[in-house]
Order: sequence, then structure tokens, then C-alpha cells
Amino acid sequence: MAKSPEEEHPHKAFGWAAKDTSGILSPFHFSRRDNGVEDVTIKILYCGVCHSDLHAAKNEWGFSRYPMVPGHEIVGLVTKTGSNVMKFKVDDRVGVGVMVNSCKSCEYCHQDLENYCPQMIFTYNAQNHDGTKTYGGYSNTIVVDQHFVVRIPDSMPSDGCAPLLCAGITVYSPMKYYGMTEPGKHLGIVGLGGLGHVAVKIGKAFGLKVTVISSSSRKEREALDRLGADSFLVSNDPAKMKAAFGTMDYIIDTVSAVHALAPFLSLLKTNGKLVTLGLPEKPLELPIFPLVLGRKLVGGSDVGGMKETQEMLDFCAKHNIAADVEVIQMDQINTAMERLAKSDVRYRFVIDVANSLAQSQL
Amino acid sequence: MVSKSPESEHPKPAFGWAARDQSGLLSPFKFSRRETAENDVAFKVLYCGICHSDLHMAKSEWGVTQYPLIPGHEIVGIVTEVGSKVEKFKVGDRVGVGCMVGSCRSCDSCHSNLENYCPKMILTYGAKNYDGTITYGGYSDIMVADEHFIVRIPDNLSLDVGAPLLCAGITVYSPLRYFGLDKPGMHVGVVGLGGLGHVAVKFAKAMGVKVTVISTSPNKKQEAVENLGADSFLVSRDQDQMQAAMGTLDGIIDTVSAVHPMPPLLALMKSHGKLVLVGAPEKPLELHAFALIAGRKIVGGSCIGGMKETQEMIDFAAKHNITADVEVIPMDYVNTAMERMLKGDVRYRFVIDVAKTLHP
Repeated sequence: MAKSPEEEHPHKAFGWAAKDTSGILSPFHFSRRDNGVEDVTIKILYCGVCHSDLHAAKNEWGFSRYPMVPGHEIVGLVTKTGSNVMKFKVDDRVGVGVMVNSCKSCEYCHQDLENYCPQMIFTYNAQNHDGTKTYGGYSNTIVVDQHFVVRIPDSMPSDGCAPLLCAGITVYSPMKYYGMTEPGKHLGIVGLGGLGHVAVKIGKAFGLKVTVISSSSRKEREALDRLGADSFLVSNDPAKMKAAFGTMDYIIDTVSAVHALAPFLSLLKTNGKLVTLGLPEKPLELPIFPLVLGRKLVGGSDVGGMKETQEMLDFCAKHNIAADVEVIQMDQINTAMERLAKSDVRYRFVIDVANSLAQSQL
Repeated sequence: MVSKSPESEHPKPAFGWAARDQSGLLSPFKFSRRETAENDVAFKVLYCGICHSDLHMAKSEWGVTQYPLIPGHEIVGIVTEVGSKVEKFKVGDRVGVGCMVGSCRSCDSCHSNLENYCPKMILTYGAKNYDGTITYGGYSDIMVADEHFIVRIPDNLSLDVGAPLLCAGITVYSPLRYFGLDKPGMHVGVVGLGGLGHVAVKFAKAMGVKVTVISTSPNKKQEAVENLGADSFLVSRDQDQMQAAMGTLDGIIDTVSAVHPMPPLLALMKSHGKLVLVGAPEKPLELHAFALIAGRKIVGGSCIGGMKETQEMIDFAAKHNITADVEVIPMDYVNTAMERMLKGDVRYRFVIDVAKTLHP
């Protein structure tokens, strides 16, 4: 008979979990495994609220298993290290992102592409090798294989760094893979949310001209004045969109709702590349003529490997890039999720786990 | 001012077959070609391949056709006259013209040898020349074109089997190179075994690539494997076969222009796979974002190739003995050929024997 979440591992843990497809989170007692020879135990300080947490909590993708403790933008302090762990020591400030394990032996793992390993294990809502479920960072502690832990550069703030562990690597990786790093080239970013705002900052750090493309003009001042975008395009304005046709070398599409791709394909120059990062529940419509006539392509990307994640953090530290966050208490998470669904956040909620989780037990 | 008739708008009398209306039926047509200007090459047309685009255009399926329309953009022949500034060609040379006869020569695309993506590119037929006249294609006795848009056909490449390379050949060669699906040991799928598909198999094999043909017709298997050299064959309607082949391909060249589902093709590819469409379905296809994201896969398109690459492709074909499989027909068979092509009843390109069978 399967053990309860509280009993299946030796070390008590506490977090907030979604119990059903309502996605509403509430206090949840569970347990973490012993710290193995390769493991690092982390006291969680902050955890970013990714839109994927919301999709998963509500089973929008159809493979959620409850109870689910979301959270894959984790920053914390090392409290224990296994005997094989050389990279980290107690009190180091570290991060955990979207993955906690992979097979370590396939061609992808050998190429630092653990994120494409067919046996990659997600930080939450996945199955460990021992058959138990993985629980994420809306919790007080986590035990992770050292390979899947990154060092947080000293200059980075913990709260502003947390979202980089998913949002940051999610935009950084395709920018490298699809060659969006040539200074002077023109990058369009669709959607100014968690992913989009980090993409603006990283794009500018690569020396690109950056245009934010958004359905609402209310974000224009923010985009230009605070985030440093070079221009702003309202996607609902046909005349402005038309004037921008054929001007962009690349587009990063961060929008997770179902939306039309055709107008964005028109914004691309010949040989232009559109990378889609959002995960809508339903298929998108892809017109083929623009791809053929302009040798354009649409590609995907899924976070990044561990080596690249560390590289991204170091890059962000060097360029003073952190996420713009609204820090919340653990017991405000459900309200935060509602606001997130309406894009009412600049630009990531981050849970102050260390200072509010314990109190939420009462 | 009344525009001149096709017969009188240019000084050189010419003769061909044209479509007059949306029935797409072709019939004899007198027209004229321009004088050979200083950068032009004039040649006697020997053969012209029949591309499926010729049929789409003859019937105005894309809604852009102005009649009368002389199709044909897989044109080969012998040079009869060269302009005073022409240095690359001389009378008697074996040459060809593909899908383009002009471009602006000054934009980024033109400067990168990508005339095919120039916004002012002029198609070989059914397009407007700089002088306002309409371009007429290769179902005709003579052609005049700017030397920049002429390719040399090497002596060891027969003209009848070389003609289809000028459109079908470059259309599949270019994306194999651009999308990097040309590395020895890679495994590439070719969807559709027609004019484009059969040439794609030959080019990919010559590049050292393992090839799987993906088709709805099981009866093409033997041909694909024994005649064309494909390594394997997948019947796309057979769920078990498709399932067993999941995650095996580095890329796919998809030549099918009918609307068809993408998910099974994306699933056939390994992570980082590239699905390249060279046929253009009129309606959008459904894209499942997960399928691209989970494996960092790409869906791209490609349209013929630039002139430099077209010459490179012809030279590669000559070197590796790659020719199209053709059925040579007389000019007056063209309407029947079009009907048969519509049903896929051709192995794999019709080529019109213009020189011997086109008579006023």
C-alpha cells in the first residue's frame, strides 16, 4: 500500500499544494528524502510563481496529479551536502529550476541538454526513480542532485533572481540556439509578462534592437522607459502592424493563450525566425505560404540545460539583469494566481517562503 | 492608349501554348519576345518540364493569373544569340531558365544571392516585366532572359532529364542545404513521392543521407526503394508503422501541397528535428506548440533557390548523375498530361519535347 506523502520519506516537509483542478492551493504536509551522496538539501528562501504553475495546478494540460506542490524557480541556502558533492557547501546560495534529474547517459545528457532527455524529471508533478512524486518549491525544503543545482552569483538579489531559473533560461536558451545574439539585429517580443520582460533585458544586453509587441498599449511607457525596449507595437492596430511588416530578424512569442501567428510571421524579414515559448492548451493555426515564400521558420524551445542555466545566471549577473518582482506571502498565493491569470503583475510574483511559509501552518 | 497585342508587343515572333481561362486548357498561341538586349541571352527551347505550379497557375487556383498564360519554368535549350555585354555564355551553349527571370539586384536578398526572396522578383511566367508586358514561360519555341537568370547545363547532363531540376531540383536542394539536412549519416524523411519528392530522394542519397519516403500510397514502395534508392518507406496511414518510426528522423522535406496533419510528422522526428515544407497548402495547418517546444523542433518553409545555388545544384546533379525520371511528351499531349498529373499518374515529371513537337 502506497505511503502517504507525509510518510513516504524520512524528513518532514511543509508546503502549499493544489488538491484538485480548481487549482486552489492550501497547506500540505509531506516529506523529503534523505540527503544522498550526490544530493544537496536546500532551505528555500524564495520561489517564483511561473504561469506554468497555474496551468499545472488547474490541470490545463491534462497530466496533473494531485496533491501537487508547484514551484520551479527556487532560491535557497544549502543546509546539507552529500559526500560526493564538491561544488557546494553549507550556506551557499543556490537555485533549482525546472528539472531535478535526467538519465545522465543519453546523447542529450552528454551534450548538456538534460532538458531534452526523454527521462528528464520535472521539479514537480513528475515521478522520481523511486516511484514517489516530485514536489516543488512552494515548500520549506528540497533535496536535489547536485547536477541540477546552480550557484546564485553573489551580486544577484535572491528574490529577483528566482524567476530567472525558469523565465530567464526559457528566453536565454532560444536566443542562443536560434542565433539571436548579433548586435544590431531586430528582435520582437510578443507579450510583456514574466518571460517577455526578462527577454527585453537580455535582448538589450546582447546589443539587439528590441520591439515589444503587445495587445495593450498601457504597457508602452513601462516597456520603453523602464525596461529599455527601443519601440512598442500594439498588435491590435492593423496600420501600425502593417508598417512594421518585414522589419524583424527574430520574434520571441511568450504568449500562452491561443492566438494568431500570421500577423507575427508578417513582421519577420526573409529568413526570419519565430520562436514560440508559450504553451496554449489548443493548437495554433500556422499559415504555410509565409513560411515558404520568405523561408521563415517557427521553432520551439524548452528551458535549457544545466550548463546553460548557470551560464545564463552568470550573464545576468554581469549585466545586472534580474526579474522585476512583486514579493508575496505564502498565504496570498491564491489571490496572486488569480491576478496572474489576468496578467496583473509586474512581472513575476515571488513567494517569500522563508518569512511566510512557517506562519501559514498556523 | 491601347496596349499592343501579344503578337506585336515585341519584335521577335514567338509561338507557344497558352491557357486562356480558368479551365486551364492550353492551346496554340502566337506571341512575341523582346529583342536581345545587351545583358540578355536568347535560346531555342528544346525541352520544358511540367511543374504542378503550371497547373495551379493555368487554372488560377491562387487567384493571381492573368490570361493568356504560357506556363513553363523548367526550360532548357541551346543559345542562339547573346547581348553585347554577355560574357558567361556564347551561341551553342546548353542552358536553362527556372522560375525567375528578374529581380531588383539591389536589395539585401539580391546581394546575398537570394534573388528568389527579392520582393521585386519577376517570375518566368504570369508576372509583369519592367516594361509592363507579361512574362511568358517555356511552353514556347524561344526564350530571352537576362544572363544573370540563366544557368549552364553541363555536357554530361541530358537536357530532357535535366529540365525538371530547374524547379523541382532547386526546390528540394536548397532546403537540404539551408536546414543542414545534408550531413552524411543523417536520417531524413521525404513526404510525397512526386516531381519534388523523387528528386529529393536522389539528392539526399547523394549527400550521404539515409532516406525514408513517407507516402499515402503503399504501391510506391517498390519504386522508392529499388529504383530511387530510398532506405525505407512508411505508409503514413499505417499507425503501427508510423508509431514504430517515431523519433527517428533528423528532418523531413515535405513536398505535399494538400492540407495534411503535422503532428504525426513532428512525432517522426528526433529532438531538434526540422520539418521543411516546400509544398504550400492554401489553408493553415494546426500547430501543437508542445510538439515544437518539448523537442526544440522547427517548422520552416523554403521557396526554390537563388541563381548561384541553382547553378551549384545543377553542377552537383551532373557530378552525381542525378536526373529527373521523366515521361517525354509531345506538345499537343499537354492537356492530357495535366489531367494525369492531377491524379499523380506520372513517374515523376512530364517533359514537353518542345523542339520536335511544337509547331505553329
